[in-house]
Order: sequence, then structure tokens, then C-alpha cells
Amino acid sequence: MIKFFLMVNKQGQTRLSKYYEHADINKRTLLETEVIKSCLSRSNEQCSFIEYKDFKLIYRQYAALFIVVGVNDTENEMAIYEFIHNFVEVLDEYFSRVSELDIMFNLDKVHIILDEMVLNGCIVETNRARILAPLLILDKMSES
Amino acid sequence: MVVPSLKLQDLIEEIRGAKTQAQEREVIQKECAHIRASFRDGDPVHRHRQLAKLLYVHMLGYPAHFGQMECLKLIASSRFTDKRVGYLGAMLLLDERHDAHLLITNSIKNDLSQGIQPVQGLALCTLSTMGSAEMCRDLAPEVEKLLLQPSPYVRKKAILTAVHMIRKVPELSSVFLPPCAQLLHERHHGILLGTITLITELCERSPAALRHFRKVVPQLVHILRTLVTMGYSTEHSISGVSDPFLQVQILRLLRILGRNHEESSETMNDLLAQVATNTDTSRNAGNAVLFETVLTIMDIRSAAGLRVLAVNILGRFLLNSDRNIRYVALTSLLRLVQSDHSAVQRHRPTVVECLRETDASLSRRALELSLALVNSSNVRAMMQELQAFLESCPPDLRADCASGILLAAERFAPTKRWHIDTILHVLTTAGTHVRDDAVANLTQLIGGAQELHAYSVRRLYNALAEDISQQPLVQVAAWCIGEYGDLLLAGNCEEIEPLQVDEEEVLALLEKVLQSHMSLPATRGYALTALMKLSTRLCGDNNRIRQVVSIYGSCLDVELQQRAVEYDTLFRKYDHMRAAILEKMPLVERDGPQADEEAKESKEAAQLSEAAPVPTEPQASQLLDLLDLLDGASGDVQHPPHLDPSPGGALVHLLDLPCVPPPPAPIPDLKVFEREGVQLNLSFIRPPENPALLLITITATNFSEGDVTHFICQAAVPKLFRILNPNKAPLRLKLRLTYDHFHQSVQEIFEVNNLPVESWQ
Repeated sequence: MIKFFLMVNKQGQTRLSKYYEHADINKRTLLETEVIKSCLSRSNEQCSFIEYKDFKLIYRQYAALFIVVGVNDTENEMAIYEFIHNFVEVLDEYFSRVSELDIMFNLDKVHIILDEMVLNGCIVETNRARILAPLLILDKMSES
Repeated sequence: MVVPSLKLQDLIEEIRGAKTQAQEREVIQKECAHIRASFRDGDPVHRHRQLAKLLYVHMLGYPAHFGQMECLKLIASSRFTDKRVGYLGAMLLLDERHDAHLLITNSIKNDLSQGIQPVQGLALCTLSTMGSAEMCRDLAPEVEKLLLQPSPYVRKKAILTAVHMIRKVPELSSVFLPPCAQLLHERHHGILLGTITLITELCERSPAALRHFRKVVPQLVHILRTLVTMGYSTEHSISGVSDPFLQVQILRLLRILGRNHEESSETMNDLLAQVATNTDTSRNAGNAVLFETVLTIMDIRSAAGLRVLAVNILGRFLLNSDRNIRYVALTSLLRLVQSDHSAVQRHRPTVVECLRETDASLSRRALELSLALVNSSNVRAMMQELQAFLESCPPDLRADCASGILLAAERFAPTKRWHIDTILHVLTTAGTHVRDDAVANLTQLIGGAQELHAYSVRRLYNALAEDISQQPLVQVAAWCIGEYGDLLLAGNCEEIEPLQVDEEEVLALLEKVLQSHMSLPATRGYALTALMKLSTRLCGDNNRIRQVVSIYGSCLDVELQQRAVEYDTLFRKYDHMRAAILEKMPLVERDGPQADEEAKESKEAAQLSEAAPVPTEPQASQLLDLLDLLDGASGDVQHPPHLDPSPGGALVHLLDLPCVPPPPAPIPDLKVFEREGVQLNLSFIRPPENPALLLITITATNFSEGDVTHFICQAAVPKLFRILNPNKAPLRLKLRLTYDHFHQSVQEIFEVNNLPVESWQ
């Protein structure tokens, strides 16, 4: 089960955070700083899986943005690794070559996309067309 | 004055523009004040915008609880944009610990039954993230209806909401179990993914569901087979593998269903072999599927050939250059090493290679696996590698590595000398990280290896001369020098080159340890005792030692002071007994399985100098070896034949009585012997954590004015009480006392029959 999904940039600023298990707000900030610290201290050749307290962290770096997913023991790490890439590809298609600014200014849309893909910590949809369909309809409606 | 409220994007711009943390806080606080005012005014048009800004601020870590009520209002509104932000806010801000969350139950119910898909989607999403147990119970019927709707968009979400509901309220499993079989027939991958997760959750929670779902194994196999053999399909393929996420989920479910079940496992065998061989491993997606397959093969009752295939796949992973893959391979090999030890052994060289990695996660895994792979045939080579690793490894792994090495050395040491060398090496490299009982183990080991006394004391002396900061090493070295000082000075040892050691040097070294500020109090204690022992081993005069001892008589540390005073007294008043007391220690037996304890004799206050066998060495604290039959040491007698101590005669084990039902009532003390003021009492305790165990303490008290010297107490029980008391026969104990009192030698042997009833029932 996925416990949390974070997008944090190199300076430690959170761009997206979604928790699938309740956590206090001060614990959240602490968690985010510690997580980004452990990810930043690793070099490119090191493996993408870290053990942190009772989670496993799987992270991928895209330019200056780190996407970190925390899971519990039962998940297959490599599948989640693949899932992160899938998510980024979906974002790429929607925003046409997504950048960090796109994510910052369209945070609500990114949340919608993430909600389409992950529900309650389980992966529900990975097909790009199906994920983006409701969002495109929504956009058309708000334009008209 | 109405200030037009900022749009979310403008707020983000402003926050980005803030140069310092304080500036950012200012901007945000100002905005929060506006937001609060707007909420108070109840402006419906811009509410969603305000809440969106609030959520952004919340993400940055600022408090946002005053937005909770607004979420409710937004959810209840009819506009989609409002609902969208409202539900998002509910997911982020509300949680089951605040009572406010129950208020949205009604809104969710309305939304779910109205049949507008996007709205239903939103409601399900929020429900599945923060739904509490009460909400789940209320809304279960709605969700169940949605499971069977024709639209896949809503169905897949409903299924995962059902998963959440089952987690919160396990009784609902009966509601959601029947639709599963039907749902498996769907072709839509989203629905399948959700269904498999639901079935997995149901099976994990109840064995009955597990049995029920074993029927669907053939169907799962069919689905997986179509996935694997299907050609390239653009819809779900990722790097050429069709829907790896679904494949992984199915494999996981198969693993749960096939565990410990022959029939299902057989159905799966072919399929697993097919997946394992056909998956394209050049990309990560394929490797993910392969990894899951290997895990499944290992867990079910698979054919032997299949298992070998799995281990080989893991071996291939280990050689892969991608570190992620190596990491997962090491993790799975660790799981396998218990069951398929020989298969994993074949990959030992590669595992050892991974020890040299710079990556912390990898080296930790490699360390665990290497320690698990040590066996009697490869112990020397492995130890070399592990010791090299210990020198270079990061500090957080040192403690684990050190204790792992010591444990492995203990189990598989080919010779004692090698064992001693290994422990010595660990102590010098990572002395501060070893566990506390390492010192005890090492001293016991050295004590037991008669032929190696000279060798060990020589090596320890050299190590100590170089470095006195590593406490465990210093403690062991001090003890050895004390015990075997004469061997050290004799200077001849074939195994290492001869070294002329002067008496004065030895004493100087021990004094250095005593005075060093790096030494712990325990270490100082060791050093002081060692000095005392040397007073009998060395042939020179003892003035230097006596000086040191008397200096420490006024030391601030109470323990050291007491020892120093006692030793000083030993020099002054009891010099004739010094040699006997400071003799070489007999071999201390290791603490056996927890069931045994011995009779302890409590020490008197300083007036009586009984022939207390051992000054307080920490390692002997568990094992005060009073009852060891010191052959002829105190000049006392052979034991009369009718005393039947346990075989070997070394220790007498007290009883492990069979489990007594709680609670243990306190058992009264028993006075067993009295003569001319010398009294012996038995007291009984049952330790609360182990009520089957009975601890008997013998207390000897001298109420008379005369001294009691050479006091020895031995206890024995008839053989049939040694381990268990199955017949609950009355406990009998034989005690034998010998001592000198009023200048007479007294010997008493008696049996104790009248032990209180509670002690043996």
C-alpha cells in the first residue's frame, strides 16, 4: 500500500504532497525534510530504494524535482518505480513537456490526475487516455 | 472596503517572490487573514478560490483547520468546481479524529445516488481516503450498488473504495465478497486491477475467504496467460510489457492463494515458468514482473525445477549493472537463505562483491546476506572479507557487523586460536561498537583454552600497549594480564616472536590504564584487580602494588574505593591468605538455557572475611561459581558419597518446576540451620516473567562474635529433580556446610525436607 506521494524540489520545497494515511501536520513537514535529505545525499549511481523507519522509499529524479513514494513492505519496489515514470508520462502528455512551474501553477489539476491513478494507496488506472479523459472533458466544459 | 481576492496563481507568484522565510510567512499570514474574513462573510462565489489558496498554504505546512467547515459548504453546493475543491479539501483537511467529518456523510450519500459520474468519482475518492468506520457502515449499500453499474469509470473507483471499507470495518467483507467472482470476468483493466486488490484484501483478512477464492485460480491463470501471450497492444503496454501492474497484482494474489496448497500450486506451475522465461528483461517493467514471479515461486509449493530457475534468475539479477535490481535480488535471496541454503551458496562470491559497494542500502543488505551464508566450510574466507568490510564500513553498520562477526565466529570457529584472533581483531577495529557480553565471552573463551594462555596474554599485552582507549579490549587485556601475568613474564611462547617484558613495564601499563581519563569505572575495577593478582604472580616485592592500592583507598568512586580498601586489608591483615584467594580462576561455565539458576550466597559486610571465592568480576556476576568443587583448593575434603550432585559436579542446577498457574503467592522463608549463632536461611522467589522457575537464595548469617572463616556451602538435589518435577513430589534439598568457627572446624550435612508447600507445587 502506498503511504504517501511527494514531489519535492532540490531546495526542499514541497510541490505536491498526498498522504494516504493520516499524519499530523508537523510530522509531515519533518518527514518531508528528512526524506529529501536522504534522497539528496545519494549519488546517481546508487539505487533508488531507501529504507526509512518502517517505510520503503522509492524515488526518481527528474531535473530538479524528486518524486518520492513511500510504501509499506508488501509492495513490489520495481513496480512502483515504473509507476512513478508512468505518472510523469501522463503529466507530460497533459501539459506538453511538463516542467516544475506547470506543476506549481496547476496543482489542482495534478491532484485530479493523481486521484485518477491512485485510490486509497492502491494503483487503479495506468492507461494514459483513460486517466486524462475526464480532465479533458472538464477543461472543455470550463472553456465553453 | 472590498479588496478583490487574489486568484490562486497570483498567490503562488507572491509566495515565490518572497526572498526569505520571514517574508513568506508574512505574505501567507496576510492572506490567511483575508481568507478567514471571507469565510466569515460567507461569500459563496469566491469560496472555492479561497479554499484552494488555503489548501496550497496547508501544503506548505501552515495551519489550515479553519477551512474545515468551508469544505462542507462547498461539497453541498451544486457547482462542480465548488464540489471539486470541497472534496479535495475534505481529503486533505478532515480526518476521523475530528467529529466534523461525519457531517459530510449525508452529502456523500446524495452525491453517490445522483448518478452524475464525475461527482460520484469525487465522492468515492474522498470516501476511500478519509472514510471512518461509521461513515463506511452508513455508505456501504450505496457503494455496493455502484459496483454493479455499467460504467467502468465509477466501478473501478467503487471497488477500491470497497477495499478501504473492508480495512476499516471487517464485517463488511461479507457484503463485498459475492460480486467479486462476477467482476473477474470483466475485460476492463481498471476493474480487474481493482478486483484483484479487493480479493487480495479479503483473502488476507479471513481464511474462509481464502478457501472460497481458491476456486478462481484457473481463471486468474487464464487472465495472466492472455496478458503475457498477447501481442503488442498500445493500450496498456509499458516498454513492451503488457500492463505490468496488473501482472504484478495477479502474481501477488496467486502467491497468497497458492501458499501451502498443493492443488493450486500445481495449476500455477506452468504459467509461472512461462512468465519467467518469456518476459523481456531489458527494461525495468519486465524486471518488475520477473521479480514478483520469483517471489511467488518461492512462496508456493512449486516444483524443484522451478525453484532452481527462480534462484538462477536472482543470480542473474545480482550480476546486473543496475543497482535497483541488485538491491531487490539481495533482499529476496535473504528471504530464501533459510529454505534453500545450498542454492544460495552458489552465489556467494557475487554477494561478497556487493559488500564493497559504496551504496548504503546495498551494503547493508549484502552484509545481512553474507552473515547468513557463513558456514563451517567457508568461514575463514568469509571472515576475512567481513573483517575487511568492518574496517571500511559506515558507522551505522559497524555495530551490526561486529556482532554478526562475533556470532558467526562463535558458531563456526575452526580452532580456538583462530577464534581468539578474530575476536581480538574485532575488538581492536570496532571496540566501541561491540555488545556488552563480548567481554564476558572472550574471557571465558580464553580461560577455557589452556594451551593458548601464553599466546593470548602476549597478544593482548601488545594490543594494550598500543592503545588503551577501546574499553572492551582494555578490560579483557587487564583480566588476562592479571590472570596469566607469570606466563607473560616467562617470555617464551612459540607462536609469536619472543618478547622480553619487564615486571615494571607491566605494572606501569596497568597503572596507566587506572589513571587514564578514558577508562570507564568498570575498566578501572578490572585493572585494580589485575594489579592485585599480579602481586602473587610476580616475584619482585609488592611495594609498588601496595602503594597504588592504598592510594585508591581514598578514591571518589565508591566501587573502586571499596575494592582498594579490601585489598589493602588483604595485604595488611590477611597476607597469609592472599595467595589462596588470588589463585588462578577456575573455568567459569557459560550461562546455560534460561531455565537454570543457582543458589547464591550473599556476601557479608566487611568484618567477616569469608573465603569469598571471587571478587566482583562482572562476567562472574551471573555465575558465581561457588559450588564448583574446587579440587583441594581450600584444603577441604572429598565429598561423601551419599551426596549425589549432578553429573560432572560442576554446577548444581535448581529446579525448573512445571508451569504453575498464576498468580504466584509469596512463599515464606525457611530457616534450615542454626548452630552457635551461625544461621542459614532459604528464601524463595518466583520471577514474575517466568513463573515456572523458582529461585532459591541461601543466606548465611553469623550472629556470634567469632569469625567464620573458610565458609563453603554446597547444595544438591536428588537426580530426579534435576530438570523437571513432573510428579510434583515434595522438594528435597541436601546442604553441606564446612567452616571454621571459634577456631574449630565444623562440618555439617543435613537434608531439608520441610520446604514450604508452595515451592514445589
